[in-house]
Amino acid sequence: MKTTVNHVSGCTGTEEELLQRVRQLASGYKDKEGSLIQVLHMVQSVYGYLPLTVQQIVAEELGLPLSTVAGVVSFYSFFATTPRGRHTIRVCMGTACYVRGGVSIVESLEKQLGIQAGGTTADGVFTFEIARCIGSCGLAPAMTIDDTVYPEVKAADLPSILEPWYCGGK
Amino acid sequence: MRNAIIKSPSDLAALRDAIRTQASTYKFTVYICGGAGCVSSRCDKVAEALRAAVDSAGLSNDVRLVVTGCIGLCAHGPCMVVDPDGVFYGDLTPEKAWSIADRHLRGGELVQELCYFDTDRGEYLPYMKDIGFFSEQVKIALRNCGRVDFSSLEDVVAHDGYFALAKVLTDLGRERTAQELIDAGLRGRGGAGFPTGVKWQSGMNQPGDQKYIICNADEGDPGAFMDRSVLEGDPHSVIEALAIGGYVIGANKGYVYVRAEYPLAVDRLGKALDDARAAGLLGSDILGAGFDFDIEIRIGAGAFVCGEETALINSIEGKRGEPRQKPPFPFQSGLWGCPTIINNVETLANVPAIILNGAGWFASYGVGKSRGTKVFALAGDIVNSGIIEIPMGMTLRTIIFGMGGGMKGGRAFKAVQSGGPSGGCLTVAHLDVSVDYESLSAMGAIMGSGGLIAMDENTCLVDTARFFMEFVQDESCGHCVPCRSGTKRMLELLLKITSGRGAPEDLEELQELAVIVGQTAMCGLGQTAPNPVLTTLRYFKDEYLAHVVDKQCPAHVCKALRIYAIDPDKCRGCAACAAKCPAGAISGVIRQPHSINTDKCVKCGVCSDACKFDAVVC
Repeated sequence: MKTTVNHVSGCTGTEEELLQRVRQLASGYKDKEGSLIQVLHMVQSVYGYLPLTVQQIVAEELGLPLSTVAGVVSFYSFFATTPRGRHTIRVCMGTACYVRGGVSIVESLEKQLGIQAGGTTADGVFTFEIARCIGSCGLAPAMTIDDTVYPEVKAADLPSILEPWYCGGK
Repeated sequence: MRNAIIKSPSDLAALRDAIRTQASTYKFTVYICGGAGCVSSRCDKVAEALRAAVDSAGLSNDVRLVVTGCIGLCAHGPCMVVDPDGVFYGDLTPEKAWSIADRHLRGGELVQELCYFDTDRGEYLPYMKDIGFFSEQVKIALRNCGRVDFSSLEDVVAHDGYFALAKVLTDLGRERTAQELIDAGLRGRGGAGFPTGVKWQSGMNQPGDQKYIICNADEGDPGAFMDRSVLEGDPHSVIEALAIGGYVIGANKGYVYVRAEYPLAVDRLGKALDDARAAGLLGSDILGAGFDFDIEIRIGAGAFVCGEETALINSIEGKRGEPRQKPPFPFQSGLWGCPTIINNVETLANVPAIILNGAGWFASYGVGKSRGTKVFALAGDIVNSGIIEIPMGMTLRTIIFGMGGGMKGGRAFKAVQSGGPSGGCLTVAHLDVSVDYESLSAMGAIMGSGGLIAMDENTCLVDTARFFMEFVQDESCGHCVPCRSGTKRMLELLLKITSGRGAPEDLEELQELAVIVGQTAMCGLGQTAPNPVLTTLRYFKDEYLAHVVDKQCPAHVCKALRIYAIDPDKCRGCAACAAKCPAGAISGVIRQPHSINTDKCVKCGVCSDACKFDAVVC
């Protein structure tokens, strides 16, 4: 029986299948100068995150030193080196959201999810992060779950916002 | 009409005339805001309902429904405008959409109770021309946002899209186009305010077989969302301007570097690029003028510093987004060592309008060396939050109180933060100063990208300075010492002050450090990072002194400086707070008002959370 890998935010498949897809993806960009960041975006969407084994494959396929790949992965906040949850919650803490009470949203979520910002819930459903302005300042405080934006969030709304995501959808 | 290939300026004109004729047959045009803010308030449901209502009333030949980019008044989203009369409806729901279709579009009557309500005047204002938020605006960069179906190249062409490109390619030529922008006085809208025409001239005069033009859409300043509005509401203007710029400087390749936080902008821009390519407005021999040009989107990966042009170039090259030493400047040696010109989204959005209407027209707006208009994002504790475009030279008072409708909940205005982490906090005393590049710099703030965050009396400016320092500290790339270590030391001092451990000499040290970091950091991020600290030290010194001398936070924001007490009139003596207090600082008899021993209190706020009667005050 094939075991499905538990990187919930990526595609489904066996470890070998996923790594093979990563290799295929990266090899298509071998001679395209400057494509490392775009490749990492794609690879992360396939594998879910970018552990060292994945970085190594990308480095080999693009003909780059591993240190260059690791340097880029660690520089940008969108790249994760630990497994991520199926959905990503980003609470905006840009100036407008901060002024309009974003802190209380963060505190309530930390309580409800039982994790600190930056963490992933034990059931693998949510990764919870702080965002540096998502550009919804006119509707502060705002948060996103994946690509869905929730405007003018109140701490009391959080349970009803989170609930549908546990069943996989919006 | 679909997928028309436009091979010449006359094809373009023919398409425009055909679409305009078609549009003129409708009795009403309804513009439904499809900006990111309204999308999050589910404008799609409203549009769906309106479409269904119009169809079921048999009005589809009378009513043209257009989903547009941001109309601007995010505070009342989802919103829409009904033309020919410019009637504004806000806070819409699918039910309200049905009612507007029935009464306004079928019955021809205004649905007054769904119109904008002016609380100051105590009356409904149905027409945009009467609503302060809209009436003071002059839309140049945003001319198509809220008026054009961003997803339809035909509708864009009907609104003169790509005619500026045609004019440049067939009539103006390279030198005159650059000169036109210089005469117009257009300056970079991303923050630094460098004259765009001069930049293009430098790119044009720089020798090189391969050159690049880049649109900087890495809008990272918290509080700024105008570039997002333009990209989502009018992507073709950016594409057209990049093609014009490419032609002027001699580049055949352009990039748009968009931040990963803006997926909707990436989608819409991507579709616009596909449409432009399919129509022949990108690719080879554009408009039969022998000019080849194409554009690629590059998506950022979450690094604020990439808004700095040389860091952005490194990021497009797939590297860590660390800035490069200048000189050489990008126009000399930029992307892959080639001459490169970088312009901000809003700057580019102005270009086609200037080319079509002339430098004199653009320069007739504005004051002094700040010509034209500027887009501002109004946010924070303000009633009418949203996006506005105004002629430069307007006062902050007009913007915040006239257009913005003042502070929420009738609270007192305390400060306005302009220009994000690179900008400064201004006070009541600055409300009558003109908003332009020079005046804002003179006050220690900057125009920046145009984020204006209004703060009311419940804001602590020391805490705000800490907030910005935490931001830049976190986003500092670490390449140079002043920014990497200097901002860290400044943050430590601010944390010391906001946690009640500060001393008066800390303020001197903070000031000294701020000046040094500003003078010695390598790139714009570090050089401007001290601005929020410097301006708050300058204009809110009393508030800092209250923190370090009196150990008080006048706005009751800094937790460690709060003094918790129990209001005996509200306390029911349930002892919920005493049970939760980790320091055993609360005592009292059951069913009698309790009290807090301030010597024992650790100011954690648990009592306040535990109290069901709002009896804990601080």
